[in-house]
Amino acid sequence: MSEEKYIPNSKIGQWFDSRLPLLTLSAHLREYPTPRNLNYWWTFGGILTFFLITQIVTGVILAMYYVAHSDLAFESIEHIMRDINYGWLIRYVHANGSSMFFLAVYIHIFRTLYYGSYKSPREVIWITGLIIYLFMMVTAFTGYVLPWGQMSFWAATVITNLFSAIPLIGENITEWLWGGYSVGNPTLNRFYSLHYLFPFLIFGLVILHIWALHVPGNNNPVGIDVKKNNNETVSFHPFIVMKDLFALLVFLIIFFIFVFFAPNVLGHPDNYIVANPLVTPTHIVPEWYLLPFYAILRAIPSKLGGVIFMFASIFILMLLPWLDTSKVRSATFRPLYKKFFWILVVTVILLGYLGAKPPEGIYLILARIATIYYFVHFLIILPLLGRYEKTSPLPLSISDPVLNKPDIVDKFKKIVGEYEGENVDSFK
Amino acid sequence: MSKKIQSKRRDFLFTVTYTIGAVGVGAAIWPLIDQMNPGSSVKALATTEVDVSSVEVGKTIIVLWRGKPIFIRRRTKEEIEEASAVDLKDLKDPEKDEDRAKDPEWLVMVGVCTHLGCVPLGEKGEYNGWFCPCHGSHYDTSGRVRKGPAPNNLEIPKYEFINNNIIKIG
Repeated sequence: MSEEKYIPNSKIGQWFDSRLPLLTLSAHLREYPTPRNLNYWWTFGGILTFFLITQIVTGVILAMYYVAHSDLAFESIEHIMRDINYGWLIRYVHANGSSMFFLAVYIHIFRTLYYGSYKSPREVIWITGLIIYLFMMVTAFTGYVLPWGQMSFWAATVITNLFSAIPLIGENITEWLWGGYSVGNPTLNRFYSLHYLFPFLIFGLVILHIWALHVPGNNNPVGIDVKKNNNETVSFHPFIVMKDLFALLVFLIIFFIFVFFAPNVLGHPDNYIVANPLVTPTHIVPEWYLLPFYAILRAIPSKLGGVIFMFASIFILMLLPWLDTSKVRSATFRPLYKKFFWILVVTVILLGYLGAKPPEGIYLILARIATIYYFVHFLIILPLLGRYEKTSPLPLSISDPVLNKPDIVDKFKKIVGEYEGENVDSFK
Repeated sequence: MSKKIQSKRRDFLFTVTYTIGAVGVGAAIWPLIDQMNPGSSVKALATTEVDVSSVEVGKTIIVLWRGKPIFIRRRTKEEIEEASAVDLKDLKDPEKDEDRAKDPEWLVMVGVCTHLGCVPLGEKGEYNGWFCPCHGSHYDTSGRVRKGPAPNNLEIPKYEFINNNIIKIG
């Protein structure tokens, strides 16, 4: 935010802005002061926005051809793939787009964990973000059911049956979700309706998420508060916009490698078999981005317990700002937290791997250990670290860690000297 | 009227208004929630009749009832003996075999794993009954859960023999 109030240049602009201050909003977004030390881990918010819009655009197009009926859904997808001009491209972008969306959101979340961005005063940003993540899972799940293949059908069956674990009213809830006595046409129809609704709810939540971000401003890799008006910030446009665009391009290269060269590698071949309520595929697994939770579900040897732990593994994150009591945000200055952070990353990836394996033998034992560790990390390690960890001294400003290296000025002089070939002492 | 009486009157009116309002909102929301429950057309399909005359001993047929698979197994002598010989103390969800199969030769069950709803595979698993491939639950020859995450035995639907050949499910 620039300190002076924004006034549009043109008369008509002033007339409009005094009635609906869209131009002021746009000026705020352009001039929004951003810490100048943001690294590339901070570009994933922009990437996520891009993917949300891509999913909505491709999804609206797919909805023009898709038929939400249990007899016709599977064929309508094949119709899109074979007959509609560029239908294959639009569907593959939509299907792989969801995977990339989740990949980006996981990086975004782990960045938040590493740099402690969820801490005061940014708790509400963190919580709105987690609600977006939950809504993303609902959207991805309902979307995955729509092709009405074997994996769609059995994913819908298994996930809706999670609610049957609730004592007394569980059965009623599942029948209510299904609109019948099993997953069937009513289920498909309502999932389609919800799959269309939720992305727009996410869009609304993203606005709240960004709004909440713009109140305190961005955290940064050093994790100390940025001093405003002290040359420590740059305006969002063009500096951050350009950096975000570059990161987006690199990310899109990976995305389009999937879309054009391996469009089905993240899916399951069984989903090209039309849904059959009499036969469960021998090896059913959810999409990769839900595997860690699936592993937790199966690790608990009780139906209700598994469901409770699975939901708890997500909701525990909501309490994170209060479980992590350390005042230091960035892991850069928390030598122990940094190690535990990476152990957590490994644990979550391990859970994802185990979620794709059959729940027996060594896989089951490892899944149990990893599940326990996951909860220990948040409930025991973080509160203890907040109390006992000896953190490194924080720098005085965000530019300190760069400028305070002993030989940095000499290095800089040398580089500049090579270009200029003359005295550069005046720099200091 | 004194101020005190007036404010009591106000409080009463507010409470009544809120209560009636809440009932009204609830009544308005209920249709929006109940529409998701099974509709009349779904409920109308609640019974199925099956001709089982062609099922041989040791074979299972699977029919659809309310969109769910129903296992109808004509059990062998050994299977019946194995099922009735089990000590109820060994069971997670204790049920006698004779309570599950009215006619011991015929076992009629909903073929849906009580864990998360997959269809178990027949003549598999550690107890020669059924095995669910999704999360590894084992059922015995009476469809009772013996091992794995499933909390209950395979459900026995309401059914009756109309005559020697026809079973009416539902």
